[in-house]
Amino acid sequence: MRVAPSTVFVALLLVAFAALPVYTVSFEQPFYLALVRRIMILAIAALGLNLIMGYGGLISMGHAAFIGIGGYTVGILAHHDVTSAGIQWPLALAFAAAVALVFGLISLRTRGVYFIMITLALAQMMFFLGVSLEAYGGDDGLPVLSRSDFGGAIDLGDDVTFYYFVYALLLACFWLMSRLVNSRFGMVIRGIRSNEARMQAIGFATLRYQLTAFVLAGMMAGLAGALLANHTDFINPEMAHWTRSAELLVMVLLGGMGSIAGPIVGAAALLLLEELLAGITEYWALILGPIMIVIVLFARNGLLGMIDRWSGRDG
Amino acid sequence: MILNKPFVYAVSALALLAAPPASAKKPDRIKIGFMTTFTGPAGAIGQDMRRSVETALDHIGHKMAGIPVEVIFEDDQQKPEIGKQRVEKLLTKDKVHFVSGIIWSNVLAASYRDVIRAKKILVVSNAGWQGIAGKACHRQIFSTSWQNEQVPMALGEVLNKRGVKSLYEVAPNYAAGKEMVKGLERTFKGKIVGRDMTPWPAQRDFSAEIAKIRAAKPDGVFIFYPGGHTDAFVRQYQQAGLSGQIPLYSVFSVDPLSLPRLQKANINGVLGTFNAQFWSPDLDVAQNRKFVADYRKKSGGTYPAHYGAQSYDSILLIASAVEAVKGDVDKLDAMIAAMKKADFPSVRGKFAYNNNHIPIQNFYLREVVKDAEGNWAIKTVDTIFKDHQDPYHAECKMK
Amino acid sequence: MRGRTAPPLSPVGKPGVAMVDPSLLFEQLLNGVQLGILLFLLASGLTLVFGIMDLMNLAHGSLYMIGAYVAAKVTILANSFLLGVAVALPATLLLGVALELLVFRRLYARGHLDQVLATFGMILFFNELVRLIWGPAGVSVPLPEILRGHIDLFGLPYPTYRVLVILVGLGVAAFLYWLVVKTRVGMLIRAGASRREMVGALGVDVARLFTIVFGIGAALAALAGVMAGPIFSVTVGMGESVLILTLVVIVVGGIGSIRGAFVGALLIGVTETMGRAFLSEIFLLFMSRDGANTAGPAVASMLVYIIMAVVLVFRPQGLFPARTG
Repeated sequence: MRVAPSTVFVALLLVAFAALPVYTVSFEQPFYLALVRRIMILAIAALGLNLIMGYGGLISMGHAAFIGIGGYTVGILAHHDVTSAGIQWPLALAFAAAVALVFGLISLRTRGVYFIMITLALAQMMFFLGVSLEAYGGDDGLPVLSRSDFGGAIDLGDDVTFYYFVYALLLACFWLMSRLVNSRFGMVIRGIRSNEARMQAIGFATLRYQLTAFVLAGMMAGLAGALLANHTDFINPEMAHWTRSAELLVMVLLGGMGSIAGPIVGAAALLLLEELLAGITEYWALILGPIMIVIVLFARNGLLGMIDRWSGRDG
Repeated sequence: MILNKPFVYAVSALALLAAPPASAKKPDRIKIGFMTTFTGPAGAIGQDMRRSVETALDHIGHKMAGIPVEVIFEDDQQKPEIGKQRVEKLLTKDKVHFVSGIIWSNVLAASYRDVIRAKKILVVSNAGWQGIAGKACHRQIFSTSWQNEQVPMALGEVLNKRGVKSLYEVAPNYAAGKEMVKGLERTFKGKIVGRDMTPWPAQRDFSAEIAKIRAAKPDGVFIFYPGGHTDAFVRQYQQAGLSGQIPLYSVFSVDPLSLPRLQKANINGVLGTFNAQFWSPDLDVAQNRKFVADYRKKSGGTYPAHYGAQSYDSILLIASAVEAVKGDVDKLDAMIAAMKKADFPSVRGKFAYNNNHIPIQNFYLREVVKDAEGNWAIKTVDTIFKDHQDPYHAECKMK
Repeated sequence: MRGRTAPPLSPVGKPGVAMVDPSLLFEQLLNGVQLGILLFLLASGLTLVFGIMDLMNLAHGSLYMIGAYVAAKVTILANSFLLGVAVALPATLLLGVALELLVFRRLYARGHLDQVLATFGMILFFNELVRLIWGPAGVSVPLPEILRGHIDLFGLPYPTYRVLVILVGLGVAAFLYWLVVKTRVGMLIRAGASRREMVGALGVDVARLFTIVFGIGAALAALAGVMAGPIFSVTVGMGESVLILTLVVIVVGGIGSIRGAFVGALLIGVTETMGRAFLSEIFLLFMSRDGANTAGPAVASMLVYIIMAVVLVFRPQGLFPARTG
């Protein structure tokens, strides 16, 4: 079986991620370890978004809200001295799932631009809810004084251990997504995107499938939120802001919406590009903005699509 | 879990033939990370601070203990999580020897722990968060500004002296805003007839609050709105016809940064208003005259604001510490001991540090007037407090 | 911990009295109407573009910001508010048309996702551009003497300028009504809103119609920016804060409907203003002071989104749907 260049690229990227700590530890560059760890965490959230958006055709402008929910669960519990991961993390995932269920039930009654708007509105409400939580810092945010405790098995306080932990979770989510997309469930989701009426006529309860995908994506974002709270040792309402949701959309698009690994490539590309540009000029958004426009207009299948096209092997 | 730091160290040692270079005793450059805001309406504050830092560097010849100094500016975009990220970058990527700057209390609260953990000294050039003055005080943290409540405490005293019996307060609903109100109410003896804490920084339309002020008819109005919100408030206040009627008192709102803007927009409701601060551009101190004169050369004529004065002092304070250890910046204890002495030419005149590393200093009453050149400027009118100590120093466990 | 829970601030005056005061109520109502008018100016442009071209343009807020900046800068330079307005409107209009020809043309055929992302990129670009050209500090617009005072409205002194904004807004509403109902372009607009393909099939130069519509939208956004500048102060990123409210307005009002934009804008403007002013007081009737001070602002900011969510659930096409297709 001939392997697409984009697949090789993704494989190389994942190998590079695995090998990075060797470089950062030897050259005392903890900054890059933290940067790539952040990339991987956001990639997890973007993987979920890709499921509902890339394959499901549902453009959610409120995905970051679930990151906020996951993060706040961990942060608030830590604030109350509940640091056991066995309590924090299942709760974070459960809340994210529950809220996703509610939001999904409301939003999936609508389509197209109205879906975009209502997911935006619901997410903004989460943002304002976070701002109003005076006891937990409100607008200023809340420091997370101790990281989640896995009881000696995994020490999140060790930068490198934490890094590999995130890496393992990323691979797990990646594997999960690839199985899901190619399964019957995935086929149904994609079928709904292309022609919902037909799927219903065939006899699929389309709402149930979309809702399941929505909840699953929400849970992955919740997981990312829990990781993020530990990574930055800080939670604040901005985690749920609509501009963060827009960034996730950019990551999915940048990587390539037609592929499972797109979000990982997109997350890496966006954050590395931001970092690179910020080093060059204070006005880096001046360059990033047009780049985004150009990609939207001319590179529809994102970076992975470009890689395949340039090597003469279209996806 | 086996994939931890020691494991990777072992792998790295095998993978690399050359060991990383041993760190030299004296660095070839003193690196100072300066956290400020360049984006958004408060960007003018960042400009003020940057110019002042550059003036300070000029005055010390861009060298400390003979070693060239590099200041790396970072933009927190007025957001705590970005500020935290940038501080981490300064510490881990740029490997700065000192962290300074920091305008906002919430940015300070989010990031000070990172500086402490990295065993570096943090010289806070503005944020007056009570945490570092009280419970969270730390030997590695110094301030060249004040604790938030000190300034409104001074203003409260002014209100008493001027016979203001009823007051309406309008301030933004975030940590510093609340501290301003709290400080004011520590010293103000009159009655508070209204208090509106507005969403920050979102709300710029104060029509609701101004309408309530009109209904309440107080002797005076107190506001705190750093950055561009002052323009919006004073303009709307004036448009509502209240400017001549109910005197406006403020802290941290009307300063040499906002005055040129206000003057261009002809919002003359600001003339004749009073505010309090530890320093003014016209303060009669030799180092201050030098600072203001050279700053004005860089700025094209506008005056520095207190943010700049504080930043200028931060650089000089750091210089005094580096000089004391002759450039060996690993000597943390010695540098801290040197800084405690506050032995540098401050623009506010000589001052001493309190146990919590917050300055013990005077506070002055200032008025907005037209200066000799026709510009709207700040004029020192009176001394309110001498050698004032912040109200939190007793909570700080340091001696 | 940080000590975020500061001791409760001393009690204040007489709660509830301010709310009962009818002149305060009236003033807040007027303020709500004025905000609603500004939102209408923005929303009408956005809803036209959305209705006719099915284009989701997040950069609408950027045009608003640029209109405000140009007006402010020219007013200061030329010492004339009138000149500022006279320059800002055509300048922003030209910019809008240029953008339409260069970028938006290619986006019409794309899905909403592409439009959201591309216009998001534009927001980043324009914010940074404005910061580069005019600095980060923001501008205060000097108003001419006559507009700086207040008018007596039934015994209430209300700022003259805000009265002007309301009058201008009503004027624009009347103009748009005439344009849409009584002119040929308006007819095409109405047709295009409900049956886009038919308009093309009937031989109308669709591309030119789109450009005209986009131009109208840009001019309206510029007018909103010009009018809002003296009230809110002109700063980088001022577009984003109104953008969300504007989107809420057009969803509530009905996409493609000017009438919907008008009603929706007034509804949202009044709700937002009255909510901010009185919700804490209302909560005080059955909650502690601390509870009211926390819940009040929180719910006030969520109020408009709750309204939008309710509308979307029960009447997804909005209050005055223009599209039948």
